[in-house]
Formats: sequence, C-alpha cells, structure tokens
Amino acid sequence: MQFMLLFSRQGKLRLQKWYVPLSDKEKKKITRELVQTVLARKPKMCSFLEWRDLKIVYKRYASLYFCCAIEDQDNELITLEIIHRYVELLDKYFGSVCELDIIFNFEKAYFILDEFLLGGEVQETSKKNVLKAIEQADLLQEC
Amino acid sequence: MSDIVEKTLTALPGLFLQNQPAGGPAAAKASFSSRLGGLIRGITALTSKHEEEKLIQQELSNLKATVSAPTTTLKMMKECMVRLIYCEMLGYDASFGYIHAIKLAQQGNLLEKRVGYLAVSLFLHENHELLLLLVNTVVKDLQSTNLVEVCMALTIVSQIFPREMIPAVLPLIEDKLQHSKEIIRRKAVLALYKFHLIAPNQVQHIHIKFRKALCDRDVGVMAASLHIYVRMIKENSSGYKDLTGSFVTILKQVVGGKLPVDFNYHSVPAPWLQIQLLRILGLLGKDDQRTSELMYDVLDESLRRAELNHNVTYAILFECVHTIYSIYPKSELLEKAAKCIGKFVLSPKINLKYLGLKALTYVIQQDPALALQHQMTIIECLDHPDPIIKRETLELLYRISNAQNIRVIVQKMLEYLHQSKEEYIIVNLVGKIAELAEKYAPDNAWFIQTMNAVFSVGGDVMHPDIPNNFLRLLAEGFDDETEDQQLRLYAVQSYLTLLDMENVFYPQRFLQVMSWVLGEYSYLLDKQTPEEVINKLYKLLINDSVSSETKTWLIAAVTKLTPQAHSSNIVERVIQEFTISLDTCMRQHAFELKHLHENVELMKSLLPVDKSCEDMVVDASLSFLDGFVAEGLSQGVAPYKPHHQRQEEKLSQEKVLRFTYLALSFSSSGFTGRQSPAGISLGSDISGNSAETGLKETNSLKLEGIKKLWGKEGYLPKKESKTGEETEALPIPQESIMENVDQAKTKKDQCQVLTQSKEEKEKQLLASSLFVGLGSESTINLLGKADNVSHKFRRKSKIKETKSGETAHSHSMTCSSVSSLSNVSYDEDYYLNTLQDRGDKELKKFSLSLELLDSEPLTELPLVEKLSNCNLSAPSLFADNDMEIFHPPQSTAVSVAKEMSLASSFLEETTECIHSNLMEVCNNETISVFSYKIWKDDCLLMVWSITNKSGLELKSANLEIFPAENFKITEQLGCCLPVMEAEGTKTFQYSVQMEKPFTEENLSGFINYQMMDTHSVQMEFSINLSLLDFIRPLKISTEDFGKLWLSFANDVKQNVKMSESQATLPSALKTLQQKLRLHVVEIIGNEGLLACQLLPSIPCLLHCRVHADLLALWFRSSCSTLPDYLLHQCQKVVEGS
Repeated sequence: MQFMLLFSRQGKLRLQKWYVPLSDKEKKKITRELVQTVLARKPKMCSFLEWRDLKIVYKRYASLYFCCAIEDQDNELITLEIIHRYVELLDKYFGSVCELDIIFNFEKAYFILDEFLLGGEVQETSKKNVLKAIEQADLLQEC
Repeated sequence: MSDIVEKTLTALPGLFLQNQPAGGPAAAKASFSSRLGGLIRGITALTSKHEEEKLIQQELSNLKATVSAPTTTLKMMKECMVRLIYCEMLGYDASFGYIHAIKLAQQGNLLEKRVGYLAVSLFLHENHELLLLLVNTVVKDLQSTNLVEVCMALTIVSQIFPREMIPAVLPLIEDKLQHSKEIIRRKAVLALYKFHLIAPNQVQHIHIKFRKALCDRDVGVMAASLHIYVRMIKENSSGYKDLTGSFVTILKQVVGGKLPVDFNYHSVPAPWLQIQLLRILGLLGKDDQRTSELMYDVLDESLRRAELNHNVTYAILFECVHTIYSIYPKSELLEKAAKCIGKFVLSPKINLKYLGLKALTYVIQQDPALALQHQMTIIECLDHPDPIIKRETLELLYRISNAQNIRVIVQKMLEYLHQSKEEYIIVNLVGKIAELAEKYAPDNAWFIQTMNAVFSVGGDVMHPDIPNNFLRLLAEGFDDETEDQQLRLYAVQSYLTLLDMENVFYPQRFLQVMSWVLGEYSYLLDKQTPEEVINKLYKLLINDSVSSETKTWLIAAVTKLTPQAHSSNIVERVIQEFTISLDTCMRQHAFELKHLHENVELMKSLLPVDKSCEDMVVDASLSFLDGFVAEGLSQGVAPYKPHHQRQEEKLSQEKVLRFTYLALSFSSSGFTGRQSPAGISLGSDISGNSAETGLKETNSLKLEGIKKLWGKEGYLPKKESKTGEETEALPIPQESIMENVDQAKTKKDQCQVLTQSKEEKEKQLLASSLFVGLGSESTINLLGKADNVSHKFRRKSKIKETKSGETAHSHSMTCSSVSSLSNVSYDEDYYLNTLQDRGDKELKKFSLSLELLDSEPLTELPLVEKLSNCNLSAPSLFADNDMEIFHPPQSTAVSVAKEMSLASSFLEETTECIHSNLMEVCNNETISVFSYKIWKDDCLLMVWSITNKSGLELKSANLEIFPAENFKITEQLGCCLPVMEAEGTKTFQYSVQMEKPFTEENLSGFINYQMMDTHSVQMEFSINLSLLDFIRPLKISTEDFGKLWLSFANDVKQNVKMSESQATLPSALKTLQQKLRLHVVEIIGNEGLLACQLLPSIPCLLHCRVHADLLALWFRSSCSTLPDYLLHQCQKVVEGS
C-alpha cells in the first residue's frame, strides 16, 4: 500500500498515512486531487479508481471516506477488506465509532492503524491481537 | 452511522462545555485535551477558509512559543505535538516542531514517547536529515526491558529509518527474532522487511533467519515473513523453489481451517494469509511445470472452499484465478477459473464486474474464446456510466485488437478520449491509439485521419515518440513506392484542408508535424502551387499563438519549398519580416533563407526534393576553412583548442601530447581541421533528414546512417483483409448468447422485446465487428498480437531498437538540411562565400582525401574477417607468430597434420577463427597429446586432442587441468571417456579466461588412461599462455575512444625507439595491429589511436605519437596493471624487429 487517507464528506482530511517518501508539496497535491475525484463519484459507482499509475480503493462509512492507494498488481477486493477491518478495529476500540471519535482522538486512530498496518503491509490480521497490543500500551501508560 | 454523526455534531458545543469543569488530577488532562478540542471546535465554527487560516496561524505561533519555552513540561509538549499534527494535517507548515517531536521521543515517559514517535513518523520522511537524531533513541529503546518501548522502537523502524544507519540497529533487531513474545518477533520481521526494501544488500546474510520466521509457531510472525518472501521471490523465483512444498502445506492448513479462530475474518480463514500464499505460488509456478504440479491440488481446493457470497471470498477467488493463469496451465483448473471469471463478469455488483473485466484483460491472450463468451457483457460495459468500467473495457478491447476490428475499437477509444480530461489518461490512450493505428491501419485515409485525431487531442502532452515515429514512417515509406506517394499526398491534402479552417487552433506538435510534411511533400500536389502552401505557412508564421519552436519548423518548411516556387514575393516578405525578428533563432533561419534565396542553384542542390532519407555528404571537418586558418596562424593567432583539450592540458600540465582526437569527439564547434593544416577531411553520412544532428546537439559525428537501421519489410499490402461491416461468421451463434443474458427479460414483455431487440441488434452488430477474428478458426492470430496479421505500418519493434539513439534528436526533423548548415557555420557570410568560391575545389580535395583513406590499409583493418575470408593461402599476417588461418575443414585436413583430420567434427564449429599450430605436448608409445589455441572473439579456447596410436582400446581416458590462480577455466565438453577406440582421436576443449594480467604463465594438467586390463597411466603436460592470447581488438569509434580515455584513471607513458625498418607511424601501427591485435581507431597526422580489450572485457587504450624515430606510447585502462604489461609487449615488438 502506498498511502491511506481518511477524509470527510466535506473534503476535510481526518487522517493521513504515507508509506512512500514524498515531499509535502506532492502529498498536498495528491490529497487535493484525490479528495476531489472521489467526492465527485456517485454512490453506485465502482469502489476502484485508476489514478496516475496507481489504483485507488475507497469506501465510504457514514460521512467518512477511507481511501487507499495500491499498486496495479495488488488485490483490490482485499484492500477493501483492509479498510473494513480497520473500521471494525476502530469500532471495537471506541465502541461504535463515529467521525467525532476519530477527530478528537486521531492519535489513537493512528496507534491502531500502526498496529494493524506497518510499513504499508498488513501486520496482524487477528482482531484480538491488535486490540491486545493497543490495550497493553494504553494500560502501561496509565500507571 | 451517519445519523449518529449528525446528532453528535449538533451536540458538539455542549460536549465541550461538559468537559471543562472537571476538577482534581483530571483537570490538567482535561484542559490539555480540551485545547485540541477548542482548536477543532474553533475551526468547525468558522465559515471561510480565510478565517481558518488566520486562526491556525495564530495557533501555530502560540505553539511555536510554547514548544521552545524552557518551562514547557514534557506533558505539555505531548499535547502540543498532537495539535501540531492536527495543523499539519490541515495543510499548514509545522516544521518548527519536528525537532521537538524527536526530543519528545527521546526524553518522554511511555505516554509521551508514544506521541513523540507518532509525530516523528507523520512529520518526517525517510530521507529527512533530522531522522539521524532519532537513531540513538531507537537503539536505546530496542535494548530496553520494557516491551512497550521495544514495540514502539520496532514500529518506527519499520516505517521510517535512514538507510545508512541500518547497521547500527541491525544486530539488535536480529536478536529480536528470537524474542519470547510473538509481537516482538513479528515487528522485528517487518522491520527487516523494510530494510530489505530500502537496502537489500544489508540483510542478505539473514535470509536463513527468514526461513526460521516462516516456520514460527505463531501465525502472525509467519504471515509477516510472507511479505519478505513475496518480494524476494518476485526478484528471483528460482532461488526459492524448494520452499514450494512448505507454502503449499501452509495454504492447505489455512484453507482447511486449521488456524486459530482469531484469524478468521467473517468466517473465512485468514484471507490475507491465503492471498499472500496464492501470490507466492503464482510467482513460483510461472513457466515451471514441475513446481506447478505441486500446487494444482491446493488451488483446486481453494477454488472449491471459497463459496461464501462475501467480498472476501471473491478476493480470494480473484487471486486464485490469477495464480491459475500465471502458473503452468492445467486444463481442468483453467476451466474452473474461466467459470469463475464468468461469475465476476456477470455479477450485478459493480466492483466484481470491474474485476471480471480486469481478469479478462490478462487472460485474454491465453484464452481469446473467453472474450467471445462474454462479448455481450463487454458491449454493455462499453457504455457503462462509470468511466472506470469503460476504461477497463477499452483496455480489454485494446488487447483483442486485430486488423479486422481495428476501426471499431479505435473509434471507441477516440470517443472516450474526447471525454477525458485527465492528462495521464490522455497520454496513455493516445499512445495506444497511435500504436494500433501504425500496426493495423486498413488504409491511408483512415490512418491519416486517426493520426490527426491523435495529434489534435494528444497535442503537447503526448509522448514525443509518436510524432517522430509518424514522420519517420512517412519519410521512409514501404516497399511500394506508389502507395507511399499516395499516403504522403493524402497527408498533405488533409493538412491543407485543416489549415484552411478558420479559428481552429491546433497543438504545437501537430503544427510541427504539418509543417514538416508540407515542406517535404507539397511537390506531390497537382493543383496547389508551392506558393499557395507557402502562403498558408506564412499565415501561421505571423500568428501569435504559434510558439517560436514551431515557427522554426515552419520557416524550415518555407525554406524547403522556396526552390520549387516560381514567384518569390511571399518568400521575400518572410525574409523581410523575420530578418529583423527579435528571436535570434528565427533571425538566423531567416538569414539563411535569404542567402540561399540569392543563390538558387546552390539552394536546389542543398534542398533536393524528396530526398529526406538520402544521405548527404557534408564536409564536417570544414577543411575549406584551412586557408583562412593558415592565414590566421601566420599572423600569430593562437591555434584553436577545444574546451576539453584546454581543460585536460591544464590538468595534466602536459605539453608534449596534443589530443587532436578529442577535438573530433567533443568539439562543439567542429573546427578540428584547423589544428592540422594538412587537413584530414572526414566524410560523414549526415543523413539530410531524420538526421542525427539535432539542433541542440553538439556536432559530434555520427557515422551510422539511418538507412541501415530501417529495413523495408513490414509492409504487407493486404488489401483483401479490408473489413468494414462485412464480417466472418462467428463461431458461437449470437442468438444463444443473447438468450443466456436476457432470457428472463425477453420473456416478460412481448412489446418490449421488439424495441429491445432492435437495440440488441445494434449491439450484436457492434459485437460482431468487435470480436471478429477472435473465433476458433482464426485463433492463430491471437488477438493480433501474433505477427501474421497484416501489419501495414509495422514499425514498433524497430522503433524500440533505435529509440535510445534517436529520441534525443527529436528536433532534428525540424530543419533537415538547413539545420545541418547552421550547425557547422559559425560565420554565415563567410561560410556561404567560401562555399561558393571554394565549393568545387574543396570537393575535389575532399574526394581525394577520401580516396587516400580508402587506399590506406590502416584506416580500418578488419583483420579477422579479412583473413577468414581469404581462401587463397596468401602470406598470412600471423605466419611469423605461429598462427594460421582456419580454412574449412577439408582444406585443413590437407594442410595440417594428419591427426587433425579426425577432429574435424569439432573444427567445423570453430572454422573462421584463428588458431595456433598444433603442438605436441606429450606422448608415449600409446598416445600423443596435441594442443592448440583458438583465439575466439570472446575467450581463449584451449583444445587438447588425444590420439590413440595403439591398436588397443583405452579405458577411462581422462584429462584434467590443474587449477591456476590466474585463470578461470571452464570445461566445454564432457571430459571423461569411458572407452577410447583403437586409433581414435578425442578432443577436449576448455575455455580459459584470465583472472588477472600477467606476461606469461604455464597451464598444466595431466592425462590418465587405462589400457585393457592393465594399470592406469598418467602423463603430465604443460602449455605456455601469454597475455597476448587474451588480447582482442576493441572496435570503437573515435568518439567513444575520447569518452573512454577521459574515464580511465590508470595511465602509463613511455618513449620507445623504433627499429629502423618501421620508423614511420603507419608501419609501427601495422606492427602493433598484427602482433598485438590492437585495433587502429584513427590516425591523425603523426598521432595514432589504438584500442584493445583484455578478455572478457577490460578495455585498454593507446595513444601513440611519433617524434623522429621515437614512438611515444601512452596507455590508459580501467585496470591498473594492464597498461604495464601491454607496454612491455609493445616495447618488445616495436624495438625488437
């Protein structure tokens, strides 16, 4: 995976994770273009997009768009499931997650993402294990 | 969920208020988090972008003050970091905080450290210089006893880490592979994966540990190791074939549900793991039947098990199909996979449909019938409202294009092209259309019109190869001259029509193409006169929207047309207007036109009609300037030295040698001739048109003419394959397919059937025109990818060959001969005058010097070829060196010793190579061993032939060579013979490479054999090899010589006294060429350039210069010792004889 973006229906970026080294300028350009393109698509349309030489896989959950960029030979459907699994993890962690949870606790959302995906690859697919790792870290912090 | 969000949003202000009044120890925390909350709330409350910017700038300046204040606690710092991350996410620069993020990761407690690391991973990228400051922290944390700290360190390492600092943490991370906690092992594996990505060499030694990770008892660790394997197998699949069994077993276990339930995802066992494994199997089984056979079973099972109707099972199915089509095919599986693809294609879910099309696109080459099966779906997808589906369909059509369906497919592609706005898509599509048009164009009109569309839409964003290839195609034509002329004429006519249209703007590239074609081929017109064409060009010239680059193309076209025009009013106007142009380039061209215009005869000879592909002879050395130069020199002007030479001289402070040859290869102004007033003229084939000499290029001489690169094949005038709507009968009846697809619908409503069927009929018609040529009867020309389809404009393959050389000269088309003029002239007036005055005289001189070069045998002595060609036993050049020429085997048998005749079977292979005389290396009463050397182009071949002189059979005759440190010896044929017949001869061949240079060295070995029923006999022998056995001529151009010379650091200089018999340069060079096999690159005056290579490929260059009877030798090579050895050899041959 090359990068993951979370943005709202209004086009506000909520989370960004880049797995390839890019300059800030490029990142901004890509984000702007992608947000525009994805928001312009109708709900019945395909969840995949060809964009430059990348494949964009996106899915909307309530008012939030989750959007991943993968390479051409990667599997689009499993990427959709990656998004879904991430949402499940957030959901489990926050307890029926909503956009606000992510806005106000975005660092937590990042921590969860880092336990699930590392360096652009799936690190741990067991939901239990991911949450265990997060909880462990959270717990230690409290004391 | 959206409802919840909306509700929460409205309740937002209330939430914040609630937060604030909390007391006690929670107060501090609340106040911090509410600061972020306050910021967020503040931003959401704002309406305009401008206000937001103001607020955030203010926030940032507050933060800046806080983070740099010494009183700020780490806890506050952590809070600041979170806000900084937030500001950055909104697109504002928070770079002042980067260093504090690193500090926080370094100093904070767990809580703060975690945020610090997160901030670092979000702020920095792996090449950021600040990252180096993090290395110590990471090392410290990796050694920590606290698991969480180790985890954090590993997490950051797997995301960003400076490549050059890998060695600092590598041993620590390796240790972690044995850690008792699986989470640590897993993260360590991923960190190593990251290292493998950014610096594969550094982790090479731990490959064995990856295998251990693959066998880890924890599924997560094993799954993590697969990432590395996918990568490594992709790079080199042959190295991991032995693991196939393990991967298959793992997949079997996963599919069989043997993993812990934790790893199930929507009751599908570990889908991510399955997909990784399938991908690995696909890579391993590619083109490898034996490996593929191992995986057929498990693939079958995966297909069978994935039956749930859920996205994730489709993901697995898709990967499975991909794997089945990538590995060595098995018909049963292919059938099932094809069925699967059908499920995708026919699915109502749009995502699955898309993937179905994608799968079709890549299996189509193997299985074109599949496209036929789904043709109606494909047709529907062509008009799909989602552009992504449409585009994938076009991609599919592109793959099935052939000579018969090309019109329809290109039309569909053009339709899509006209709707697209995104540059990336346009560039991509335009390239494909141009490729198809060149490949399958059914007729001239279609080709030109399609290309017109390509040029007008693709315009200035398309790949520059497209117009270049098109022009080359027009210029070079095909076998049929009348056909070529028609194509050109059609192009000219169509461009004139296009230019007639008012208020239409064409892209610059298109105008350039037009102006070149009009300039070259307007003479084909009957009705319009050149004046009319010039007039049109003039209109463009004075148009402001035309770029100045295009204007140079235009004026070049005008220049070409001028000699054909009868009246010159318009030309004079052009001259008048553009000689005062502010654009210097334009002005120069206008002046050139002016001068040429004044001398019509010269102009006609310079700009011949329809000679764009002919070679033009240009006196590029400017020898006609010699007089001028001599005059200058006699008046005390310093001789011209090219830039490189000046630099070189400065560097070496060497005044004795002059690098005249460098002038030839590097001169950016081409005044070589001046330095040696003797005048060495060089004829160069500057082909007048698609010329090598670009406007922006230096004038380096390219001696290869374009003609040679471009053959004439490729044109098959297959008029009978003209298609239109007439189509071949399709193998599958249309009706049946339609029924399948629309059965339900058609039965419902009779009335609808009528209208629908009309629609369907249209689609059917479209289908038949699209899928023509895909049927079983024409499967040979699989989708047109095979070559037996009529490739009307087949040029692609060749274009690739020459691309590297020629794309750089994309401008060269511009001005053809005009450009070559302006390239060489530095003072036009002078040049033109001289050209006129001296024209004849110089031409004579030029041809004279050419003759001189021809007759001089040293200019280019393709020694080996000449020798091998000469069947006369003329005095061999190698005679004095114990060499002789190989004639075809029969003659060899006569001339060489009798024993050789039996080895003739072998000799057949090596005829045409030079070899040494046969030498007996050892013998006894039973056998004799002979040996000779064959100096092949790429190696030294040593041949030992053993002759059995006795009347008895010899058993297990064996020849072995002792290993020697200076050689690398490779056996060519099987060396151990079980039985050797009486009176028989056997040969053994070894190819020998030199490991490091030496002068002479012995190669020894032994032969042993067994007589019938007796003891075995062993005999030793040795043979002498010299450096010269490994030297081969290096055939390079002077230009390459110059480049190489500058790139070599090892040099050796020596003056050698020449023996009297050869006290001239030519004879000295001849000796060097014959005895040392050096290649004479060039002789310039009293200097000579030679080149050779030590096998396998160490080049060595030699520069010689004669002073009276002294020969100054100067060697340069990439190898430090080679020059010394060669010098020694040169000394021997030059002084010796």
